Amino acid sequence: MSSSSSSDDELGGARIPIGQRPEWSDVRPVPQDEGPRPVVAIAYSGEFRETMDYFRAVYLAGERSPRALDLTGEAIEMNPGNYTIWHFRRLVLEALNVDLLKEREFVDHTASHNSKNYQIWHHRRWLAEKLGPEAANREHEFTRSVLALDAKNYHAWSHRQWVLQALGGWENELDYCHQLLEDDIFNNSAWNQRYFVITKSPLLGGLQAMRDSEVDYTIEAILANPQNESPWRYLRGLYKGETNLLLNDNRLTDLCLKVLKTDCSRVLALSLLLDLLCNGLQPSEELKEVVESMRHDRSEPSNANLAAVICSILEAMDPMRLNYWAWRRSNLPSEIC
Amino acid sequence: MGELEAEKHVQYILSVEKRKDDFESLLMEHLRINGAYWGLTTLDLLRKIEAVDSDEVVSWVMSCQDQDCGGFGGNVGHDAHLHYTLSAVQILLLFDRLDILDIDKVSDYVAGLQNEDGSFSGDIWGEVDTRFSYCAICCLSLLHRLDKINAEKAVDYIVSCKNLDGGFGSIPGGESHSGQIFCCVGALAITGSLHHVDRDLLGWWLCERQCKDGGLNGRPEKLADVCYSWWVLSSLTMIDRVHWIDREKLAAFILNCQDRENGGISDRPDNAVDVFHTYFGVAGLSLLEYPGLKPIDPAYALPVDVVNRIFFGK
Ligand SMILES: [Zn+2]
Repeated sequence: MSSSSSSDDELGGARIPIGQRPEWSDVRPVPQDEGPRPVVAIAYSGEFRETMDYFRAVYLAGERSPRALDLTGEAIEMNPGNYTIWHFRRLVLEALNVDLLKEREFVDHTASHNSKNYQIWHHRRWLAEKLGPEAANREHEFTRSVLALDAKNYHAWSHRQWVLQALGGWENELDYCHQLLEDDIFNNSAWNQRYFVITKSPLLGGLQAMRDSEVDYTIEAILANPQNESPWRYLRGLYKGETNLLLNDNRLTDLCLKVLKTDCSRVLALSLLLDLLCNGLQPSEELKEVVESMRHDRSEPSNANLAAVICSILEAMDPMRLNYWAWRRSNLPSEIC
Repeated sequence: MGELEAEKHVQYILSVEKRKDDFESLLMEHLRINGAYWGLTTLDLLRKIEAVDSDEVVSWVMSCQDQDCGGFGGNVGHDAHLHYTLSAVQILLLFDRLDILDIDKVSDYVAGLQNEDGSFSGDIWGEVDTRFSYCAICCLSLLHRLDKINAEKAVDYIVSCKNLDGGFGSIPGGESHSGQIFCCVGALAITGSLHHVDRDLLGWWLCERQCKDGGLNGRPEKLADVCYSWWVLSSLTMIDRVHWIDREKLAAFILNCQDRENGGISDRPDNAVDVFHTYFGVAGLSLLEYPGLKPIDPAYALPVDVVNRIFFGK
């Protein structure tokens, strides 16, 4: 039983109306019940209406048959977002004991042009769960193909993470993240996945084991594009709950210094520096000088502490978030440089 | 920057509700109850909800209820889902008609979808997402039945979805996304658990969502879109950080997305309008205290007077 055959025919223009197919002659279609007094009188037309009317008939009759399965395939093709059709399709699949690999072909086909539809991903997961660990690689290939077209597809990422945790397939995941970041270093989804891998992969030893090399990797990415917010946040994430390590890693202050000496956007470097100072960093003379040189109004005597100076610079540099930086300035810890 | 075309938006919503023979409404059929919630809440914020016949709406909503499980479907005869159930409850509350509902039956349905780890499934098929945690917690709170779930575990699960940037994803490890952040912060606000939110870190991430055109995006490097005016702004409001963005520029962005001739608001300037973005645009302007609009509650996504009626009597 190939559930997509009829809809393929339809694409070819040779679709036979359901009412004229002999296998459906015993079924009376059921129109949408609009409730006691319709608020919204939805008028159905043509194929869509007919398919839905027959769908309602098998649905209400609870018919778990091959033809019901085919019909849900046609109905999904026309309206893949309809929750009830998918729901019923699973009931039929469970009752019929069908070949689930066939079902996966159907989902592949449907998902290829509906990659942002919740129902399809949900159905896919239900299927993968039934197929078990052997399905892992195939699922990773599938999400890879979706992400090749839209590298930030939220559903694909959720599915991929679920498959990793439930069915495995971690071996090449860090390489995959690297590859996606090579394609687009601004891809926040790939940075998120990278964090997911280094913290959760059973093969890598966790954050502590990965921290050092990841810091180098991230710094390189930042230096290439200092305006990219994702690696700056990733860098902070690498020191989550480890303020001492954060303050004592000279690579971070060096990074800030390097970026501040360039002409690139310096907001994120100043922001990290501000956080470091708020956590007790003792700034070097060089750092102080670089920040001083960025001061807008140098006529004003600079007896303010370095953190306050940074806030004022940021207020001028990032006017859209002026209130945020002003708030930071008025909430600086009392005993900092 | 132009004014809010309030009267035209009212006409637009009323026309969508009556439209026939239209492909968009066919595709929306299964979301009918969500669409009704978006449209009706917009009308209420515009102070025009009396333009619809409340008895008709209420009886239609009630006919979407699954009599066996107690949850609501997206339309008459459709299967029940948490999201549809929340919309149904919200619509009934807009009309102050909870009296018609068997509250224990509905809240048992919702509570029955909580999983062992505290998360919620959207339906009997078990898809888990922090969106469903919000739907369940919001719905039960509106029904005064939060005691039917293990709220502590529900909160723990949401907190397990917190990321290094202070935001939240759909599942543990999932990327921060403004829509998911609204759901998580909303659920934490409703359960009195906002102390789990790192307000300054999240607030900064959220205000970084404001793009040069003044609009808000949902994730880094994405385009601004009117719907995020609601998700980002409501989250910022709940954590008291809404003044961190440039509110005038945001209002101008939303007003620029209006169809000034036929009413309705689109996702971005000059795109086609729809009910979804019309609701999020008007709700965003309401949070920005745009003159003439009713204030909206950032956690319950209902007008403040409706929420006050629920929790403080009339
Ligand atoms: Zn949108």
